[in-house]
Amino acid sequence: MTAAENNLRFAGIEVGDSLPEREFNCGNVQLMLYNAALWNGHRIHFDEPYAKDVEGYPGLVLSGPMLGDWLHQCVDEWLSDDGRIVSIDYSNRVAAYAGDILTSGATVTNVRPDQQELDIDVFIKNTAGAVVAPGTVVVRFGESW
Amino acid sequence: MSLLTPDLLANIGRQSEPQREIVTRRDIRKYAVATGSRQRKYLDGDQAPPMFHVPLFWDVVELDQLTPDGVSIDSLLPKFPLEKAMAGGLKIEYHKPVRPGDWLTSTRTLTDIYEKQGRSGALIFYEAVMDIVNDDQELVIREKTTRILR
Repeated sequence: MTAAENNLRFAGIEVGDSLPEREFNCGNVQLMLYNAALWNGHRIHFDEPYAKDVEGYPGLVLSGPMLGDWLHQCVDEWLSDDGRIVSIDYSNRVAAYAGDILTSGATVTNVRPDQQELDIDVFIKNTAGAVVAPGTVVVRFGESW
Repeated sequence: MSLLTPDLLANIGRQSEPQREIVTRRDIRKYAVATGSRQRKYLDGDQAPPMFHVPLFWDVVELDQLTPDGVSIDSLLPKFPLEKAMAGGLKIEYHKPVRPGDWLTSTRTLTDIYEKQGRSGALIFYEAVMDIVNDDQELVIREKTTRILR
């Protein structure tokens, strides 16, 4: 994309714009691979009898930073090569479990034309409608890695 | 009466040993696959996705240093008078891209410990900052973790 096209895309963005939603359904295999990639041996993420019988969870617990990664992906895919993520601020508020259907989404909350920057509220929701991981992402257009 | 004794507060400013690691294409690919990435540059390992520093700098400890539930003990932290961890937050700043072959060094600092009164009693908050620099000492990523104990 040329700089002019990039500017044009940025100029068309308004507060209240929504980013595409995406559904996630992390099963046992993906959860195991994620924690293996981290070298995270916490049993609540892969040992189902332990998670249920000892810790009292309804299932295998999704790792908090994986939901953080999904918040990034929501914005990063939408940005493509037109810009980059400058920062994120998020929290893990509600536990989520392997097999849960989760949805990521986002809304533009602030536009700073001088810096070509946006503030974007991001979320991961469960099927009960509860926000399990809310956050805010700052992005800058015209810079791409 | 505060839970935070002068001895406990004296831990503010404590730093971890710097940890230097190399970014490999294979590790990026594994992470991208495991997170369900749909972007070719990450799946092919040409560039590290945001948050790749999480697997890169996760503590690697020997088996006898893991608790029975498989957790490595965070040596940066003192023993707190409250131990039940509640949801915490993360703030991450991205300053430079990360690619295969990059050597990165992370240093963690315990930057704050404070107390607040919650609805059901006292809460302890702590903040830890992880600074990640390249071999030219340029800041690549800064991550601030805030955790709440009750």
